[in-house]
Amino acid sequence: MKTFNIIIAGVGGQGLITLNNIIAKAALNGGYDVKTSELHGLSQRAGSVETHLRFGKKVYSPLVVAGKADLVLGLEITEGMRAVRFSNPKTIFVVNDNYISFLENISKKEIEKKIKSSVGKNLRLVLASEICEKELGEEVVSSVYLLGYCVFKKLIPLKPDSVLKAIKEIISKKYLELNKKAFNLANSHD
Amino acid sequence: MKKEILLGNEAIVQGALEAGVSFVSGYPGCPSAEIGQGFLDVAKEKGIYAEWSVNEKVALETAIGASFSGLKSLVNMKSFGINVCSDSLFPLAYTGTKAGMVIVVADDPSCWSSAQSEQDSRGYAYLSRIPMVEPADPQEAYEFTKLAYEISEKFNTPVILRITTRVAHQRMPVQFEGVKIENEFLKKGEFVKDYKRFSTMPPRVLEMKKELLEKIEKIKQFAEKSKLNKIVGCRTYHNLGIISSGVAYLHVKEALEEMNLDLPVFKLGLFYPLPEKKINGFLKPLKKVLVAEEVDPYIEKEVMATVQKSNLKLEIFGRELVSEIGELNQEKIKFALSKILRIKYKKPIIINSDLPRRHPQLCSGCPYWPAFSAIKKFSPEGTIFGGDIGCNMLSGVSPHNIQDYLFSMGSSVSIGHGIIKSTSQKVVAIMGDGTFFHAGIPALINSVYNKSNILLFILDNRITAMTGHQENPGMGKNGMKEDSPMLKIEEIVAACGVKNIKVISPDNLKELDETIKDFLNKEETSVIISRKICALLEKRQLKQQNENI
Ligand code: SF4
Repeated sequence: MKTFNIIIAGVGGQGLITLNNIIAKAALNGGYDVKTSELHGLSQRAGSVETHLRFGKKVYSPLVVAGKADLVLGLEITEGMRAVRFSNPKTIFVVNDNYISFLENISKKEIEKKIKSSVGKNLRLVLASEICEKELGEEVVSSVYLLGYCVFKKLIPLKPDSVLKAIKEIISKKYLELNKKAFNLANSHD
Repeated sequence: MKKEILLGNEAIVQGALEAGVSFVSGYPGCPSAEIGQGFLDVAKEKGIYAEWSVNEKVALETAIGASFSGLKSLVNMKSFGINVCSDSLFPLAYTGTKAGMVIVVADDPSCWSSAQSEQDSRGYAYLSRIPMVEPADPQEAYEFTKLAYEISEKFNTPVILRITTRVAHQRMPVQFEGVKIENEFLKKGEFVKDYKRFSTMPPRVLEMKKELLEKIEKIKQFAEKSKLNKIVGCRTYHNLGIISSGVAYLHVKEALEEMNLDLPVFKLGLFYPLPEKKINGFLKPLKKVLVAEEVDPYIEKEVMATVQKSNLKLEIFGRELVSEIGELNQEKIKFALSKILRIKYKKPIIINSDLPRRHPQLCSGCPYWPAFSAIKKFSPEGTIFGGDIGCNMLSGVSPHNIQDYLFSMGSSVSIGHGIIKSTSQKVVAIMGDGTFFHAGIPALINSVYNKSNILLFILDNRITAMTGHQENPGMGKNGMKEDSPMLKIEEIVAACGVKNIKVISPDNLKELDETIKDFLNKEETSVIISRKICALLEKRQLKQQNENI
């Protein structure tokens, strides 16, 4: 398999690193080599953050370069849009239909229009926040829901078992059930 | 052997623990903070001593004391930390260490979380004559840390482990021994007096320099054979070779694979001293060499010198193809290789989002929000605002936009003092509590002593927040979470000779208004301590309390 390149894009404080760790562990569980790169510090203060994740037979560089992502996981719609520079015509975008405003003069509608026109048919806008809030009463697990969506729709070459095992290994006992539920919930929705 | 996904910083902690480190000091910064924190989190359990020191100079000197007393030590800091501790770094090269010492310095190419400058700390290896190793990924971070202790103990020298953001914050499956670690610090060291060895008093200091130069010669011999430096790949194409180090090596490997090339690559794990002979041997059969290094062209210059000295006929490529600004990636290397090999370079088509930046922001409920707006509103037109390092440097971005200069830890006061002495303008310096303890105090004393009427605003949020919430001397808790004396900033300020001092909550706008206006008309230095706990910390404390109930 050619190395699979993922960009997780979101806003500092959205739990990108936990999601990154789950996918990395799942890739290792699936028998792949894996490398990731993340940023801490200043950018974590509600700024744009992205983590890079690559897995395959043998991975050297931890960075996904512009134009080379296979999958963009957008935890927020603006940041999903911002990640278009990592995309090529084949890149799949799985983006949480959730908007964290940051400038008065840009509306969610505008961003939506922008991302739809740049990504086109490769865009999957998923109501992850809304569904998690409604069905689990917790928006925080929307990123795990999004991951479930990718796995069950086979948009990421990882098996559900490898991912569930990774979730068990990484999430603390207290939140484990909730996260497992969020992951599996994505299987019951279309 | 164990195999786990580790962050580069975690791999360093693991390596050092396995090497038997028992004394750790440092100052938190990004991207190095998880190293110090990693030791502090396990200190009690593993029986080691660890601390957040008040600044990097103090941290280094503390570790020197431990090393002289026979304990293996580690010092951790971000790039600029080495500037702060350099005053003692140079004499340390002269005296050498007794027990092994590793100094971890984490640079931040592309300045992801650093103001100040895009510093390449490798230059310090030359300046101080301290051996420097440079891992490329977490696996090497683990292995090189252990090897660094071996070199340190073998030659009685400190060793600098230089990493960058993409090493520190890179994750991968790491194989490690995972032996049961019992370091048992428990004050087992002993300082055995040895004036000749530990005191740099002249004329002894020049003898020491001679000894140091001899030592470096020996380490050079060692470098020629060390497994830290390795050659991979074969010679099949156009007589081109590559020399690389650190994370740049990974980009080189990736680029070669994508281009389906198998070129010889010399990977330098030991940056200083360089194995001249080995490099020479590598270069001899080549016609062209690409030096792929991040930020400053140190290795390139060394290669140029070697080529000249040995009269080799060789074309050297480096800076003109690989930028000196910002971090590298595989695409930049592919570009360089394509140029050299005259292969057509296919630039990936990049769509730009042309979205405005989402700047980092103060957390909601952060006490700096009201403080910044009060400072802005109540200072007269034309007031100059000096920024400092920490969460408070966000005063420079929207919507606050009150920052007329930003330099290094503690500099808001001294630069402001210089402006006041040179002009008749008013200056407000804005600084956090952590920074005040780190480097603000001498600057404040200077402005009192030399009679400047600067107004220093100390934003006391009761923690060192920006780098991930580390303890500081104002908290009554140390890094190992033990109770310790709580140093009161207002008492320190008073002891520095400041007469106009007020502690105000940032929510008390009326008092802020009156005090700012009053203090800005004073003839002497004034200090307002705006005290309110960091909102993020408060949230966490509340959560913890709830969980404990
Ligand atoms: S971490 Fe604390 S001090 Fe820093 S911005 Fe957030 S609330 Fe303010």
